[in-house]
Amino acid sequence: MDALIAPVRDFLGPAWLPIWTLVKIVALVVPLILGVAYLTLVERKVIGYMQVRIGPNRVGPFGLLQPFADVFKLIFKEIVVPTGANRYLFFIAPILAIGPAVAAWAVVPLTDTLVIADVNAGLLYLLAMTSMGVYGIILAGWASNSKYAFLGALRSAAQIVSYELAMGFALVAVLMCASSLNLREIVLGQEGGAAYWYVWPLLPMFVVYIVSGIAETNRHPFDLAEGESEIVAGFHVEYSGVSFAVFFLAEYMNMILIATLASVLFLGGWLSPFPILNDVLIGGFAPFGDGLLWLGAKVAFVLFIFLWVRATFPRYRYDQVMRLGWKVFIPLTLVWIVFIGTMMQTRFAPLFH
Amino acid sequence: MSFQTAVFYLFAAILVFAALRVISVKSPVHAALWLVLSFFTAAGIWLLLGAEFLAIALVLVYVGAVMVLFLFVVMMLDVNFEEMRRHFRSYLPVGAAVGGLVLLEMVLVILSGTKGAGSAAAPAAGSNTKALGRLLYVDYVYPFELAAVLLLVAIVAAIALTYRRRRETKIQDVAEQVKVRREDRVRLVRMPAEKREG
Repeated sequence: MDALIAPVRDFLGPAWLPIWTLVKIVALVVPLILGVAYLTLVERKVIGYMQVRIGPNRVGPFGLLQPFADVFKLIFKEIVVPTGANRYLFFIAPILAIGPAVAAWAVVPLTDTLVIADVNAGLLYLLAMTSMGVYGIILAGWASNSKYAFLGALRSAAQIVSYELAMGFALVAVLMCASSLNLREIVLGQEGGAAYWYVWPLLPMFVVYIVSGIAETNRHPFDLAEGESEIVAGFHVEYSGVSFAVFFLAEYMNMILIATLASVLFLGGWLSPFPILNDVLIGGFAPFGDGLLWLGAKVAFVLFIFLWVRATFPRYRYDQVMRLGWKVFIPLTLVWIVFIGTMMQTRFAPLFH
Repeated sequence: MSFQTAVFYLFAAILVFAALRVISVKSPVHAALWLVLSFFTAAGIWLLLGAEFLAIALVLVYVGAVMVLFLFVVMMLDVNFEEMRRHFRSYLPVGAAVGGLVLLEMVLVILSGTKGAGSAAAPAAGSNTKALGRLLYVDYVYPFELAAVLLLVAIVAAIALTYRRRRETKIQDVAEQVKVRREDRVRLVRMPAEKREG
């Protein structure tokens, strides 16, 4: 690999760093977008089977080409700008929604060495980036010049700001266990098999993180920002064609991000749950070794929970959402942080590292 | 000119332009958005200085939370621009005087107080989160706790002063709902099947 890269690096000189970084970004984002495409298909299939239906099965074998059919349909649709809309903000809003969703991936480690930027304050960076996603939604609601869109934007802003606190506290608990903000070190702190994962000492935090994640991404049962029975489709009611597709992409990308983070922070990231099997060779390969496959399996599991919850629960009422965030999750996380801090001073400390 | 210097000038130019737009645009929503942009570029400049914790905290707290709430309020304002601009001339002298005073103070501060501050050695990369934590929680723990208590008192006071329970609103008592058992609500009746008439 190095022998291949070296001549190109010498040829490009100072332009090498930006170009190489761009190549890495493309190599990460393209699979992500494909992942989003197939997540939409999986979602429809999973919910279909849960409701004793088959789901999409017309385009391609088992409906496998359905996402592409959807994308082409959206691309060829007209983009309608509502009267009295603020043109610039109307078009900037989807970009502001997807920008942070993609940018956050820069610090997510996929394996021990596979990460774009191994930043020291990775966890903080993630919090900062995910907190910016709300601008896309607020601006979309305001710039559309529509009452429904505006109501959706207000709901979503209040909801995201509230759940961010609980989410942040859950992350604080993780960083107390790992005593590092660097995501790679957090994963390495869980080395030694499934019993060492942070999900066990931090089980309530894991639940809080997943539920807040669902609320942050405006997914069912917390999708009050869309609430099609009350406010049609919320903040993106006026969007059509590609600009709608970008919002869609941002939502699903955030979902995958939250699932990946849950795997990295609580479920040991790329580490195998059975390190004993790491060196078992089958046909010259070690299929159970540490690596991308384990991370993929964990992410798929968390995403399945997202879809499962969507197929199972009725939508929350707005005041119930706020109550859950402020009166249940925030006190719970605060108490658990103090509990962990206290336990770390006792002889049970090794259980919490 | 190194890459970092180029990035600094780019950020500085965007920052100054955005800050100017904050006070010159008409719509308050646009002003708030330009303010968000200037916070963001300021965070970029701090990153260049190696103050990564401060930079990320600026984005997290101001861009991610404070400005969202600010936009929230500003978006719901119904501002009449004609009404606002009518008194522009009469307020101009006072405004200009205050502005001049602030400018004078800033010039005085910049001319006198920069000794030593500018030459602070850049901290070793990555350790500054830890260094800040040590300062806040070990060296200055009492002032820090005091500030925290002060903020808490302010929060409680703000709620206590503005909260009023309205009679006509109906509030759900969740504890009451959770306490309900099946026996309180459902009565099972056993009755024999009846023959259909006719």
